[in-house]
Amino acid sequence: MSSKNKRKLQYSLALNEALHQMMASDKSVFLIGQGVKSPWYVGNTCNGLLKKFGSKRVIDTPVSENAVTGAAVGAAISGMKPIIVHPRMDFMFYAMDPIINQAANWHYMFGGKVNVPVVIWGIINRGGEQAAQHSQTLHSIFSHIPGLKVVMPATAYDAKGLMISAIKDPNPVIYIDDRWLYKEEGMVPKEIYSVPIGKGIIRKEGKDLTIVAISYLVREAMKAAEILKKQSIKAEVIDPRTISPLDIPLIIKSVKKTGRLLIADCGWLSGGIGADISARISESDAFKKLKKPIARIGLPDCPAPMSGPLEKTYYIWLEDIVKAAKKLMGK
Amino acid sequence: MLKIRLAEESLVEPILKGEIKCPCHLYTGEEAVAAGVCPNLNKKDYIFGNHRSHGHYLAKGGKLKELIAEIYGKETGCSKGRGGSMHVVDPKNGFLGAAPIVAGTISLAIGAALASKIRNDKRIAVSFFGDGATDEGGFYESLNITALWKLPIIFACENNLYSTHLPIKECRSEANISKTVRPFKIKTFRIDGNDVLKIFETVKKAVDFCRKGKGPVFIEFLTYRLRGHVGPDDNIQGAHTDIRSKKEIEAWEKKDPIKRFENYLLKNKISNVKEMENIKNKIQKEIENAHKLAKQAPYPKEKDLCKYVFKK
Repeated sequence: MSSKNKRKLQYSLALNEALHQMMASDKSVFLIGQGVKSPWYVGNTCNGLLKKFGSKRVIDTPVSENAVTGAAVGAAISGMKPIIVHPRMDFMFYAMDPIINQAANWHYMFGGKVNVPVVIWGIINRGGEQAAQHSQTLHSIFSHIPGLKVVMPATAYDAKGLMISAIKDPNPVIYIDDRWLYKEEGMVPKEIYSVPIGKGIIRKEGKDLTIVAISYLVREAMKAAEILKKQSIKAEVIDPRTISPLDIPLIIKSVKKTGRLLIADCGWLSGGIGADISARISESDAFKKLKKPIARIGLPDCPAPMSGPLEKTYYIWLEDIVKAAKKLMGK
Repeated sequence: MLKIRLAEESLVEPILKGEIKCPCHLYTGEEAVAAGVCPNLNKKDYIFGNHRSHGHYLAKGGKLKELIAEIYGKETGCSKGRGGSMHVVDPKNGFLGAAPIVAGTISLAIGAALASKIRNDKRIAVSFFGDGATDEGGFYESLNITALWKLPIIFACENNLYSTHLPIKECRSEANISKTVRPFKIKTFRIDGNDVLKIFETVKKAVDFCRKGKGPVFIEFLTYRLRGHVGPDDNIQGAHTDIRSKKEIEAWEKKDPIKRFENYLLKNKISNVKEMENIKNKIQKEIENAHKLAKQAPYPKEKDLCKYVFKK
């Protein structure tokens, strides 16, 4: 792809462009969910969609997550390609039946006769002293479920490319983005392109340790790698981009090279995707190349707090990554 | 209607013998609903079912052989032995799937109606569910949304008076389900669910209403299952979970939809005993053959355990 077709674009506007282009190119694509008319809910990700495609294909809904998500799943079963947005993924718990019992199982339990090409877009909307029910990052719940694919774009390029791939995929895809990434800028091609689901990427090469970072923490890990470099520690940063199915071969290859693995997850440590990555590496032939036990950082097993100072302690920042990396290096 | 009855009853013996192991929720006694609803639909119209959906499958045009093979867990089944009795499907005839999470498929049927509205292809969707499903929260979200968006959907509520073991009066503050639906501004009918002709006529009106884009219709069919919640009889495992009295069951046997329709045909000289016997024998042969083929058919291969998790 030549660079002249790329320009700097905000993460949220890259996502917006994916929605515009896919709705224009495929009449079966439609957007449904609470707040699609309102930037208060969805930022600028849905700018201009209602005006261009009309209320038949851009459907704002009452707060009925169970029925509305079920409707999106049912429309997918009936041949459409819906995108259902949950502007705060905490509310997705109301929609677990259509997502897990129905969408994830449908293709399997009918012997492949019916598939469910739905994109279930959940936004992590944390910070700002919003407390336990307006701050949750729930990706690992979905990565536990067979039949669901789970993508977590960390860059503007991937925000667009993974949304396009998710829409084109014939299976249910959970697309999770963190609002803290919305203002991040990156070079984004103007045309429609895909980022493959199930393929991770090495964001930065290094030989001393591997840092696998999820979603927003890719940004923090990249900054941490710069700081570590000044201290002569060369970190390799891997962004899995898809957490289910995981690109384990990519991580194995890196760990074999570096002998050290730090996993930085934006979710809780217990039963989380970080634990899963750790287990899979321990089970692989990369295990014998490990110079130190695998290290994880993530949210403590505690609901999201309200008070500002507690919030700051609760979330993972680049300093946490630097500290954990240095410890792993014995420094 | 008769085919559904005979197919359901043909499962009893294999269930008792242990040849059929998956949970089967028999439709015996409720056949008039499926038989009265589905002939009003086009092949391309959508239906969604529930745990008790053998009748919906057959009435919408599903192949008997594939239904029986599915129940035996065979590769030749309608869901290739991955779903069983509770997950029958026939997309070619618009049956997009059945699932036993109570009320779980109601919102999916809304989606089918929404798809039809977006495409403007004039298809309608029918959601079959029981009285128990009206105790779930998602049902009320669904009523509101479909009325708000004027979606072409028929809510076919088969009220058999019991939610598994629990009588409706112990489940609902208002046992007349239609009364709780009307405030949503939905056109509502409450009819005899054992009268196939009445059902056919009512659904005809409902289909016409939906297809014209006037919005959803809710129909409450008052009916009764003559067998247990699951399996031939709730008491077979010695648990005596069926709290229904013999007297109550016998009273409903007198209202058997098939006997009633047979009497109607004889009384009005539309058919005669011999013709009806011939029809019955023909169906019995078809069913016997379906069982024979199902028993001979192969099970899914072990290597194909994970084959259908994702569509490639």
